[in-house]
Amino acid sequence: MKRTVLSGVVAAALLAAGTSANAETLRLLTWGSYAPEKVIEMFEEKYPDIEVEVTFSNNEEMISKLRATGGAGFDLAQPSHDRVHAAQLEYNIYKPLDISKINTANMDQTLLAGVKTNTTIEGDLFSVPHQWGTSGLMADKSKAPNFSSWADLCNPEYQGKTSMRLKRTILLGTAFAMGEDPFAAYSDLKKYQSILDRVADKLIECKSNIKAYWKGGDDLSSMMLSGEIVASETWDSTAYKLFDQNKNIVFIPPKEGALAWIDTFTLPRKGKADDAAYKWINFVMQPDIVPLVSGSSGAIAAVNGGVDLMPEDKRAAVKAAFDDAAIANLKFFANIPPGIEDMEGKTLEKIKAATGG
Amino acid sequence: MDKDIKRLSLILLMAPFALWILLLIIIPHVGIFLLSLREKISYKEFTYGLGNYIEFLNEPIYWNTLLRTGSMSLLVTILALLIGFPVAYYIAKVARKKSKGALFLLCLLPLWVSELIRTFGWILLLRETGVVSGFLQTIGIIDQPVEFLYNDVTVIMGLVYTVMLFMIVPLVSTLDGMDDAMVEAGYNLGGSGFTVLRRIIIPYAMPGIVAGSIVVFMLAAGSYLTPILLGGKNSSWFTEQIYDQFITRYNWESGAAFGFLLLAFTSIVVWLGLRLTGQSLATTVAKD
Repeated sequence: MKRTVLSGVVAAALLAAGTSANAETLRLLTWGSYAPEKVIEMFEEKYPDIEVEVTFSNNEEMISKLRATGGAGFDLAQPSHDRVHAAQLEYNIYKPLDISKINTANMDQTLLAGVKTNTTIEGDLFSVPHQWGTSGLMADKSKAPNFSSWADLCNPEYQGKTSMRLKRTILLGTAFAMGEDPFAAYSDLKKYQSILDRVADKLIECKSNIKAYWKGGDDLSSMMLSGEIVASETWDSTAYKLFDQNKNIVFIPPKEGALAWIDTFTLPRKGKADDAAYKWINFVMQPDIVPLVSGSSGAIAAVNGGVDLMPEDKRAAVKAAFDDAAIANLKFFANIPPGIEDMEGKTLEKIKAATGG
Repeated sequence: MDKDIKRLSLILLMAPFALWILLLIIIPHVGIFLLSLREKISYKEFTYGLGNYIEFLNEPIYWNTLLRTGSMSLLVTILALLIGFPVAYYIAKVARKKSKGALFLLCLLPLWVSELIRTFGWILLLRETGVVSGFLQTIGIIDQPVEFLYNDVTVIMGLVYTVMLFMIVPLVSTLDGMDDAMVEAGYNLGGSGFTVLRRIIIPYAMPGIVAGSIVVFMLAAGSYLTPILLGGKNSSWFTEQIYDQFITRYNWESGAAFGFLLLAFTSIVVWLGLRLTGQSLATTVAKD
């Protein structure tokens, strides 16, 4: 009896050792919906010796996780383009990319050049673009037909019927609506603080107009679909998903310009599967894989003709939201210099704690 | 020889526990404490001092949030006691042996799903277009949808619901040990129902009351999901501040200081509570 148990244990151990010797693991640190199950299956089919492990996260948590380990624990991360520079300088959590291993011919050259400028440090390139999208507004056209500006969220006409997420996007949007250019003020922290102070006053005054601050795509969707709110600050992808269910709910690029982000591919400093990571990057940027990822994420791939590679319903939503002028008016997030997060965090706390309604 | 074996087995038995305490409780706390003493002057420049704690005192937003969290957690504890005591008394003294298990199970049931799911349940019930608002409209009590979510009352209700079991279990176990004859004697000597409750039952149940209150208070003050998801525009919870310091502001130093302040604050409240009720940890939580 004892013998069989023992031999069983040995067999199991051998089995485990065997699989770990053959298979390489690619540990992705990415956004929810950026690595759909279907795509992972296809990738593992093409590269049977690579096993993909996915951890869903967001910009802040990605940096915090990698900071805690000095860049270990993951093989490929997907921070936004404005979050790479400062995090790398301050915490040294990424390693330079070898761009020759990436198939860039098919990438949207404007976005690629933009990301290169943002994420080159002392001659080393750290990121290439994956998908991009915007933050802006959404409204139910049948109930709020004239919604067009960040400032409309505080318009008393929609008393108790609007929502926003209490994060940096709304600070920036409100600053633009007040006629400021917060990105230009990044280089002068004193000036940026004075803008933030006025933004805080405005948003505290606005609190009575807001129904609730949303915290994630799910609670925003249910407030919007149930009609409890008629307009909100939003991620474009959330608005596109709702458009599919109710054609009156559209994404509205604010007249001050929608805020655009590009999520990148970036290698953590102590990643152990660089080759697998390059394979993944080249795999998901193929024209036949892009629609699967875009369909799940609602974001536009940074490849030539990215919009046309979106699934039918998402493409219709994008076309309904953006005309050429709105595209030309996009405001790409500027690199966040060290110290900004702290100032913005304090402003957000002030707004949250204020008793405005 | 015999003595040595006894000693060895004691050491071996205690080793996992000691390692657990040392590696997972003491060392991380020392690390966090050291981190909390580090001040961030600017980018990549640090010095050591009490700056993070002083900043907490100088910023009313922070200590107001801590006091708010503390007072709301106290309210949760009191409500849980008021609701839990009759339930526990019923389970321990009134219910028959057979139904005891079933009643306990009913109390346990909410804990079978995760806190997140439970909170979403409350959201479905209480939202403006939710079940409660819809029902009240159907039976004609209100003629417009009413929003029950996003205020402090909802937060307290959600928390009470979550922590109820931790109040009931210690109460049941102390009340179980009470001899019925004591209550009968109280009545025989002419005491009214209230007097019996005040002079006999409550003093007997005191260790259970204090133990339950400590656990419930700690759970409420340290909870994160329920206050965040049910709370409204103005309702900050102190754990949210700690999360923000660590994650969105990358300010681990002050986040660590906040963590320690929360620990110190709740410990002081518990100590005060023990003092006021004349109990000690040895007679309540660690009672054998």
